[in-house]
Amino acid sequence: MADTAFASVPHEAGSKKPDPILIADGVTRRFGGLTAVNVDHFEVQRNTITALIGPNGAGKSTFFNLLTGFDSAQEGEGQFNGRPLRGMAPAKVARAGMVRTFQLTKALSRMTVIENMRLGAQEQPGENLLRAFAPPLWKAREREITEQAHDLLHRFKLYEKRDDYAGSLSGGQRKLLEMARALMSKPTMVMLDEPMAGVNPALTESLLDHIVELKEDGMTVLFVEHDMHMVRRISDWVVVMAEGKIIAEGPAGTVMSNPAVQDAYLGAHHDTDLSELSELSLEDDA
Amino acid sequence: MDIIFDVLRTAIAPSTAAFALAAIGLNFHFGLTGLLNMGQAGFMLLGMYGFAISIQQGWPIWIAVIVGLIAAAIFAVLLGWPTLKLRGDYLAIVTIAAAEMVRFLGRSQSLKDLTGASSGIRGSDYKAPFEELSPFPDSIVTLGPFSMHGSRSSSWWLTTVTWVLVLLCAGLFWRLANSPWGRVLKGIREDEDAVRSLGKNVYSYKMQALIIGGVIGALGGITWALGNSVQPDSMGRPTTFWLWTLLLLGGAATVFGPLLGSILFWSSLTLVKSLASAFIPSDVLAPTELEPFSLVLVGVTLMLLVVFRPQGVLGNKKELAF
Repeated sequence: MADTAFASVPHEAGSKKPDPILIADGVTRRFGGLTAVNVDHFEVQRNTITALIGPNGAGKSTFFNLLTGFDSAQEGEGQFNGRPLRGMAPAKVARAGMVRTFQLTKALSRMTVIENMRLGAQEQPGENLLRAFAPPLWKAREREITEQAHDLLHRFKLYEKRDDYAGSLSGGQRKLLEMARALMSKPTMVMLDEPMAGVNPALTESLLDHIVELKEDGMTVLFVEHDMHMVRRISDWVVVMAEGKIIAEGPAGTVMSNPAVQDAYLGAHHDTDLSELSELSLEDDA
Repeated sequence: MDIIFDVLRTAIAPSTAAFALAAIGLNFHFGLTGLLNMGQAGFMLLGMYGFAISIQQGWPIWIAVIVGLIAAAIFAVLLGWPTLKLRGDYLAIVTIAAAEMVRFLGRSQSLKDLTGASSGIRGSDYKAPFEELSPFPDSIVTLGPFSMHGSRSSSWWLTTVTWVLVLLCAGLFWRLANSPWGRVLKGIREDEDAVRSLGKNVYSYKMQALIIGGVIGALGGITWALGNSVQPDSMGRPTTFWLWTLLLLGGAATVFGPLLGSILFWSSLTLVKSLASAFIPSDVLAPTELEPFSLVLVGVTLMLLVVFRPQGVLGNKKELAF
């Protein structure tokens, strides 16, 4: 389902997009001697679903953390919706409209589902200590928030569970709750870190539909995923990372046939015939 | 019968209320926010010093109370500033050390003029302004089995004031815990990063909780001092551990948990002590061994409680069990 927005975008790493919502430039993150992320240029087109894929240890999650403020880069600049991201605290990034979920789900287990949802909302005056004393100042907003939460819970089929503790939900339901909670803040961009990890296949389809709906609602989605089936199904654009660098970009169909990507996933000698290899080694032995 | 009255007297004693107050403070830290404050005794001691020293300077009583509370608030900021950005256990280490520092500073000879060093400040040096406010008679008042002085030291006056304060602070806890503000704190207790990802300034919320809990702790210290004396060693590590014990006993994150915990803890201590002195002959257990013996028994009871009812008496197992 290639998007028309990408018609003129070249299929190469670090390509420029016509209307980028998120831009990263020269981002480097080193852990001691290891360079985990070293991205020259990266752009995400507004109102599309972009997948970030790559083999294990490619630096996808680290890059994610850098973009959302949960980790800080040694070098580099970022821009979200025209605002510089450098040095921005994670809470501020979220308030600016870019919310994220986590690879290991962070449902707040000892709070009920509805409280989890309400916590996601912004601009609740009662979250200020002094105003918290005066319920008339925040009850109206609380009702709005609760209504919004009920709508989302209906949509994510969690409404019946609203008064249960989040800890009693299944792994897949927690993923749904985390996504729904992120939507409470009415974000412009949603960052999903492995939304399919640990979700049973029965739930996968509905989760995919939810992600597509986000785009239909005008949001931009960037997600990290290992499940190639999912990447093919829903992404408009795929960015491939390996060893901390972006090595290829393009629509799902073309990017997977890119030799650099195949090398990154399968090793540089993946298409060498095994019988040739064993003949070679036999010759060596002889 | 005497034993029952002993227990009841302990249950309503101002010191029991003072501990309930300090435990409500700890409930803001641990029950709501998940902060491991292992130095609540330090907050209490600062409140006591701030109050008693201000009275000795001749300042009015309300200023003295404010000085005590502000001292605790400053202490909270100093402790929280470097540690609240780190993982929870760092706060535990820093608070336990800082509380000991306050105690040792109080004991030190160099501050003898202010703090009275290790012998502390005598009650008669600072209690007068509070006792003068008493509407109760200046003599022993007997009410059923309870006989206390109307206004002096551990009096009916102090009992009334401390329990009213306990109810006020419990009300404060209820109001805040059931507000959106309290919801953010509970979220932080569960997972800081999740709350950060939802756009809340976690550091600021943790600091607010630390200050509020510490200030209520100082209030507990002030009321405790009004029934006893300012003595640094009475606010050592055991005090903090008792506070934790009675909070968990009553049920953390509940409104009445600290109250019930304090009453149960001190009453059962008295009960065990009275029973032991009544039924165990003194050649088996010397009177001086009664106190340690009852603490051992209470300790064992608490271990059983943790094993069989980890959420405490009032707690909700789904919400908070340690």
